[in-house]
Amino acid sequence: MANENRNSAHWGALAQFATPADLYHACEKVRDAGFSKWDAHTPFPVHGLDKAMGMQQSKLPWIVLGAGLTGAALAFWMQTWMSAIAYPLIISGKPYWSWQAFIPITFELGILFAAFGAVFGMMALNRLPMLWHPLFRSRRFERVTDDAFFISIESTDPKFDARATLELLTEFGATHVELVE
Amino acid sequence: MSAQVMDNAAYDPVDGRSPLVLGAKDFHEITEIVAAPMEWKLPKAWFIALGFSLSLLGLLAVSVGYLVWEGTGIWGLNSPVNWGWAIVNFVFWVGIGHAGTLISAILFLFRQKWRTSINRFAEAMTIFAVACALIFPTIHVGRVWVIWWALPFPNQMDMWVNFRSPLLWDVFAVSVYGTVSALFWYTGLIPDLATMRDRAKNRIAQVMYGIFAIGWRGSNRHWQHYEKAYLILAGISTPLVLSVHTIVSFDFAVSQLPGWHTTIFPPYFVAGAIFSGFAMVLTLMIPARKLFGLERLVTVRHFENMAKIILLTGMLVGYAYAMEFFIAWYSGVIYEQYAFVNRAVGPYAWAYWIMIACNVISPQLFWFKKLRTNLWVLWIVSIFVNIGMWFERFVITVTSLHRDFMPSSWGYYSPTFWDVATFIGSFGLFFTLFTLFVRFLPIVAIAEVKTVMPEADPHYHPPEDGTAAEGGKH
Repeated sequence: MANENRNSAHWGALAQFATPADLYHACEKVRDAGFSKWDAHTPFPVHGLDKAMGMQQSKLPWIVLGAGLTGAALAFWMQTWMSAIAYPLIISGKPYWSWQAFIPITFELGILFAAFGAVFGMMALNRLPMLWHPLFRSRRFERVTDDAFFISIESTDPKFDARATLELLTEFGATHVELVE
Repeated sequence: MSAQVMDNAAYDPVDGRSPLVLGAKDFHEITEIVAAPMEWKLPKAWFIALGFSLSLLGLLAVSVGYLVWEGTGIWGLNSPVNWGWAIVNFVFWVGIGHAGTLISAILFLFRQKWRTSINRFAEAMTIFAVACALIFPTIHVGRVWVIWWALPFPNQMDMWVNFRSPLLWDVFAVSVYGTVSALFWYTGLIPDLATMRDRAKNRIAQVMYGIFAIGWRGSNRHWQHYEKAYLILAGISTPLVLSVHTIVSFDFAVSQLPGWHTTIFPPYFVAGAIFSGFAMVLTLMIPARKLFGLERLVTVRHFENMAKIILLTGMLVGYAYAMEFFIAWYSGVIYEQYAFVNRAVGPYAWAYWIMIACNVISPQLFWFKKLRTNLWVLWIVSIFVNIGMWFERFVITVTSLHRDFMPSSWGYYSPTFWDVATFIGSFGLFFTLFTLFVRFLPIVAIAEVKTVMPEADPHYHPPEDGTAAEGGKH
């Protein structure tokens, strides 16, 4: 009987496609065939591929919103505490708690934290940095950052079967298929 | 490819727009065009450029070293002109940076596809310009070793910074701007660093590009978050860049000095910043495009678009100059009126008219298509704009200060050797960073340029030989 980790000898299957259009249609078919642990690899973001792969919306905007609001709140609190509580000093006859004057820095730090949230949130959601990946074993895969388009299906996918999956990918229009160790 | 194709300023007969990428037959060729100069054997010209830049950088080091040793007395500052070239150079450099963010963020939000060929270059310019800008406020305090007093840092004196001062807002605005610009730039670089990693032949290049590419493998599940991050960064950089020069203008506008105390300053400064930044992009891009053979990616259409933005922002700046005079007259305040009449006919009239000639008159050449598509004209006008915008900051800073309220405290300011040396030296830092950048990083966003090619669309069908393109299949 098949176990959870079928074909553990292989990491998975890799199939190359000639054009973004071929890749797009193949992704629709892989999605409809019911695979779950698979991915498409492209040199640049291909428009509409998220839909062809049946992916959910990115949760990144919520992370950014949370980070930005945290930054703004911290900045406002910091200015309030330093100017009005820790070190109250009369300057040009302005009140200690001159909240209007605190707005520029509140805004700037809100932006700073939002930017950190966007970049590091993106990396965290993508599990990056990950300097090595089994796909890098494939010589062909080096061209993914140049002009080649791939679909990879992991062997941990319940529907994965080394021979059948490769045949299926060929049927979906792959110009080249291989197993990745 | 014929010579005719190289000139895409003519309109495309099909969709009314000229193509953004000329004569590249596939995605691989784009990679080749951009990556090849980084893999050439280092040309002699590069070493000459680096040597020249490093010697200017040395001049900066000596000037700053002597300043730290001796104090700000080596500059031409006096009373009443307590702010001289340091602040002028600071605003000049920050302003230059702004075009980079405009191209990378605002044009991205407006879906201006032509930005893809020039955004990497312009963003690099932003970061290097901000680095140059940060030198001046840091050193102009004189006692550089206590510059950390400008930061809210717990200290043994139990003192905190003054959050009610625009100068402190400026510390935050410019450092946040520098940080966010660097993050934005790096995010854009990740896929291209992966391209360089996968092409690299020698071990050092593989490891260095490999580390900074953080293991990018072009995964679509990654692209999804990546594109979202990029869009958000563009969205937050847009108000950020507007806020930065607004806050820089507050350094002046919040004071009560005639000539500074005007509400038009924030929009006027932002327009001027974009104006000067685009000029600097032209100044750098025209020779770089030639040297690195990027004629097919950075086309005449790109330059023409930039010339149009320079024309627009130049006229906004001209409008602001005129409006300042109008408000000075309309306000009925004699000090305000004197400050502006004095600018045009007083001891610094020469600086004022250089500013008007360079900023208001010279861009008017761009009304003519023949002139704004001529690279020599573009390059020369861009130099004029750079000069004019430096003089704008000089005029604002010095003419407003040199006539105090009391005629007994009037004075005249002239720079010393060290003022000039520090400013020229800051170009050394700028050019050194640029020389290294053009050698070690892809100066055009490889992945992004591929997306503007028609073949990148998954619904694109290549026309069969002899037949028309098969449209509307989906």
